[in-house]
Amino acid sequence: MRLPDTRGHFQEFGGRFVPETLMPALNELTREFDRVRQDPAFEEEFNAYLRDYVGRPTALYLAERLTKRLGGARIYLKREDLNHTGAHKINNAIGQILMARRMGKKRIIAETGAGQHGVATATAAAMFGLACEIFMGEEDIERQALNVFRMRLLGATVTPVSSGTKTLKDACNEAIRDWVTQVADTHYIIGSVVGPHPYPMLVRDFQSVIGRETREQMLAAEGRAPDILVACVGGGSNAIGLFHPFVEDAAVRMIGVEAAGFGLETGQHAASITAGEKGVLHGSLSYLLQSEDGQVTPAHSISAGLDYPGVGPEHAFYHASGRAEYVSVTDEEALEGFKLLSQTEGIIPALESAHAIAYLTKLIPHTGTDDVVVLNLSGRGDKDVNQVADILKKRGSF
Amino acid sequence: MSRIDDVFLRLRQEGRAALMPFVTAGDPSLDLTGRCLVEMAENGADLIELGMPFSDPLADGPTIQRASQRALAGGITVKGILGFLREFRRNVAVPVVLMGYYNPIYRHGVARFAEGAREAGADGLIVPDLPPEEADGLIEAARAVDLDTVFLLAPTSTPERVRRVSEVSRGFIYYVSLAGVTGARGELPAGVEAAVQGVRQITNQPVCVGFGISSPEQVRAVSRFADGVIVGSALVGLMEERLGDPECPRQVGAFIRSLRAAIIHKH
Repeated sequence: MRLPDTRGHFQEFGGRFVPETLMPALNELTREFDRVRQDPAFEEEFNAYLRDYVGRPTALYLAERLTKRLGGARIYLKREDLNHTGAHKINNAIGQILMARRMGKKRIIAETGAGQHGVATATAAAMFGLACEIFMGEEDIERQALNVFRMRLLGATVTPVSSGTKTLKDACNEAIRDWVTQVADTHYIIGSVVGPHPYPMLVRDFQSVIGRETREQMLAAEGRAPDILVACVGGGSNAIGLFHPFVEDAAVRMIGVEAAGFGLETGQHAASITAGEKGVLHGSLSYLLQSEDGQVTPAHSISAGLDYPGVGPEHAFYHASGRAEYVSVTDEEALEGFKLLSQTEGIIPALESAHAIAYLTKLIPHTGTDDVVVLNLSGRGDKDVNQVADILKKRGSF
Repeated sequence: MSRIDDVFLRLRQEGRAALMPFVTAGDPSLDLTGRCLVEMAENGADLIELGMPFSDPLADGPTIQRASQRALAGGITVKGILGFLREFRRNVAVPVVLMGYYNPIYRHGVARFAEGAREAGADGLIVPDLPPEEADGLIEAARAVDLDTVFLLAPTSTPERVRRVSEVSRGFIYYVSLAGVTGARGELPAGVEAAVQGVRQITNQPVCVGFGISSPEQVRAVSRFADGVIVGSALVGLMEERLGDPECPRQVGAFIRSLRAAIIHKH
């Protein structure tokens, strides 16, 4: 069965829980997406930008020293960090901005946590000459000053969000409020596989280029599909992008790595699937960090991009159906992963991707040397080096 | 016939629109909410919309966001609100419509919530982030206990959506006057009257207009063409300016009286 269904449901998850004002815009977006999906001209245009502007296909790199260090399965890195703007987010930003142009929208808005999606959106908007406003929590603006500067340099307005927890969740609220107010001329580029239908589906489809390339590259390198896929999960767009083209291959294990923050037992984490309950936030039903009374509780992660109390509904479905496994690693473990990849491979990963790296140290001892693992290296770590340097300096460990 | 239907039938005979003030439950305490509700009822509120706070109220502007935060900081819960309503009902007969975002209701259990709300004396329910497409469960649960389900229309709604909302709404339809979030505004958006008349071509349900209506002048203007006028942020803002002032409930009563006096009689 193809999911989601026409109402945007992945069985019980997903859907459209939004104010009436937005329903016609979501219907319009769904119709437009149905059109572009069947339009070879759109596909050609999208692929041309991915090739000539983003720099795709990205490499699938056999990490030999990391493989040797961990002593098990061969580890391949899907190098989304090599994309223009330094993360996988640009794939979706380009796809959606091409749609926005077709729909005649003059203005682009987006939310951002770590700033990667904000930078990708500001970049695409600059390239097409569209007005762009990015909503970003005040706390994230502080921890991601470099990306804030980038967005402003690219001509975007960065609007600080001071409500609630002042992070990604609140930036989403504010972007939705703005969209409700200016829905006629504005397209909202959601950055992950979250939000009301059709967003989880269309972001997934734009990001699935990651998994499609991986499949081809694996065939060339190993002559077969990989055994295990590993990716970090906040909202879950890089993970879905890698997983989705392999969903029908029952033999391929898929593992999503959530942020355990200070530890699941502390309650201060962002592990919505591992430790959350079913609930509705930002337009879809999924797993959610919340109180007994249904109030959303603040997430915590060292990584701004994973610091979100919800998760995409398709991941919720994969979890409930057992198709994918979801695990979590702490801030501390992620820092170790950050150093590990830097020192074994000369690649500084984004703190988000460092969560997936950290999980390899737990996974690989249970694999054999004939096994093949693909890890989605969703972004590069330049944006995080100041933050990590501060942490390590404070401890005198660097 | 629900108690809400009775109100609109009576007012149609009287030839005037209903006044429906909104207040956030527990902002900053249920004690103050209770005293303000009594003042509203005594000074001319025909129905009362009681807001159940949510951490992420994405259809609301800053005024109601702050009220929600104050109420949550004071420890308000769904159970607490229903208990409060049950007490309030002992003395006051004015219909109460609960307004709350879907997640706390979902978490509480949709059927359990509908039963609890009805048993506490609520007459209707507004869930601003639940369009008819996702509302089958809630509609079924509400129908089972005779709780009216009020759905919303907006300036962006197509005729097809007006029909859909009309089919599933009970009591009245909430017409959102503008594309935007709640919040007091200086002027009424252009075209509201024409839009409401357009809705009336399609449905016979009472149409109440809310969002941005904050002054007696605006109430007067809307009362010419709507079946009900909803005033929220202006009232919540008035209470915010008087936090801790023992005169607050009396001021609320005076404001309601001024709004009520502004409603025109059509015959």
